Amino acid sequence: MNYHILREIADSWVLLALFAFFIGAGLWAWRPGSRGLHADAAQVPFRHEDGPPCDKGCESCACRADDRWAFETENGK
Amino acid sequence: MWDWFKLAILGIVVLVAALAANWARDLAYQVHALIVFAVAAGLFIWTVRGLDEEKPPAPTGYSDGVVRAGVIATAFWGVVGFLVGVFIAFQLAFPVLNFEWAEGYANFGRLRPLHTSAVIFAFGGNALICTSFYIVQRTTAARLWGGNAAWFVFWGYNLFIVLAATGYLLGATQSKEYAEPEWYVDLWLTVVWVVYLLIYLGTIMRRKEPHIYVANWFFLSFIVTVAMLHVVNNLSLPVSIWGSRSVTAFAGVQDAMTQWWYGHNAVGFFLTAGFLGMMYYFVPKQAERPIFSYKLSIIHFWALIFLYIWAGPHHLHYTALPDWASTLGMVFSVVLWMPSWGGMINGLMTLQGAWDKIRTDPIIRMMVISLGFYGMSTFEGPMMSIRAVNSLSHYTDWTIGHVHSGALGWNGMITFAALYFLTPRLWNRERLYSNVLISWHFWLATIGIVLYAASMWVTGIMEGLMWREVDAQGFLVNSFADTVDAKFPMYIVRGLGGVMYLSGALIMCYNLWMTVRRAPAKQPLAATAVAAE
Repeated sequence: MNYHILREIADSWVLLALFAFFIGAGLWAWRPGSRGLHADAAQVPFRHEDGPPCDKGCESCACRADDRWAFETENGK
Repeated sequence: MWDWFKLAILGIVVLVAALAANWARDLAYQVHALIVFAVAAGLFIWTVRGLDEEKPPAPTGYSDGVVRAGVIATAFWGVVGFLVGVFIAFQLAFPVLNFEWAEGYANFGRLRPLHTSAVIFAFGGNALICTSFYIVQRTTAARLWGGNAAWFVFWGYNLFIVLAATGYLLGATQSKEYAEPEWYVDLWLTVVWVVYLLIYLGTIMRRKEPHIYVANWFFLSFIVTVAMLHVVNNLSLPVSIWGSRSVTAFAGVQDAMTQWWYGHNAVGFFLTAGFLGMMYYFVPKQAERPIFSYKLSIIHFWALIFLYIWAGPHHLHYTALPDWASTLGMVFSVVLWMPSWGGMINGLMTLQGAWDKIRTDPIIRMMVISLGFYGMSTFEGPMMSIRAVNSLSHYTDWTIGHVHSGALGWNGMITFAALYFLTPRLWNRERLYSNVLISWHFWLATIGIVLYAASMWVTGIMEGLMWREVDAQGFLVNSFADTVDAKFPMYIVRGLGGVMYLSGALIMCYNLWMTVRRAPAKQPLAATAVAAE
């Protein structure tokens, strides 16, 4: 195992594998049916702004604010 | 149980730091041992005092305290870094500012790494850590994993910055650009960084949102790649464990190649991938519309990380590095132009249908100018990496101008926009204190960057041409001192550009401070109102 063996592998199979992965990742983004998934993913920043969804699933049970600042402002201090 | 374990660890650290301060072989190491001693002893006492206190129940909302601390640290280190930058700019114009009494501590050579680390790692790093913590929670709908580990990352990272900065002034450096801190500071950063990675992965693993939003891909690639670069480039053997000196594991051109593989990817993954993570969240949020093309953002991501890692050798044209290697670096740099512009277009086109916001919303304006500078410097960089162009630009101030149009324009402006975005939300304020002050900040910063970049282009190309000018007999026409003399006016203009940029940042700090103090509090949430009925 010396530099030249590493170089041979890097110049052939590893190069091919990296290139195939790269092209594959690009093609995968264009696979049929991805449009809806991507449209949905693009909306992710606009959900869950104020807190994680509650496990109980009720409408009004906002998760408890965890830190002092939010707690104090919520209680009008 | 955990508290007792913590006390044992802290006790050992206090003891070893005290021994290290006593046996230190150089001043920088001694000062660092004393800083570590003070921090560990303080934490020990704090932990002892908290032993009997009842632990409050585990909170369930987003963990935003650490993000608030990060916003404050970012603003603070930004001002410190810009101030040192302005001072060293004037040191170059007026050498008398290298004061006699501060010789060996505050001359240009010592302050320059302080400036670069303060703006890149302190300002940029704190911005990346706090925005990534903010964004990963909102886009995964999960609280940060690991509880107080996030606070460990915040304080640990800032301790790293204090150790690095004091080390530079006292002469502890391994003389690798952007990787100056010595071995024990590097080890500490590695520990902090691994915890950062664990928090990030842990939060993503317990996400409630099935898809991992693209901003998190960028942040994750930033964290993983920086870990790899940092560990490899800092492989070294300390001369003594009681001293700051170390010997690098590489020699000659291998050392140079490792350093610039690190150095260029620090630009690629710290200053580009990480800040693109910010861009892919804050631009859609502020524009109130989704990213122009989510497909393009995926292509942008894969192309960026596949290409950037090979671009480093373009720093070593016309050196002992083999030609094939520097050609490889050059080709990949040029190819990199395309994904970079793809990303810029993706950000800008997000404003499609809302272009009026550039006129009405000063935060959007900041984001747009930031993307503009991203596009400009990602065109300039590939051009400068071409061997023929590089033969003119290398070692001149053109390089400095290029770096600053990227750093001040792209990284600085997107960070300012993020701080303006975050402050009212984190401190529960209706709005920012003053929009007029944001406009002042915007124009001061923009004109400052233009003065900076333009003067550096002029002086860089001028000195490049002067260095290569030969007479009919083949002798060099200009001495080095001739070029230094000719650069004087441009150095003044550059310094003034820096003063304007710094003033803008000070205005921002005032505005953010007054937002927290004076701006009206946000109305209670609708959900709370329903519950109160």
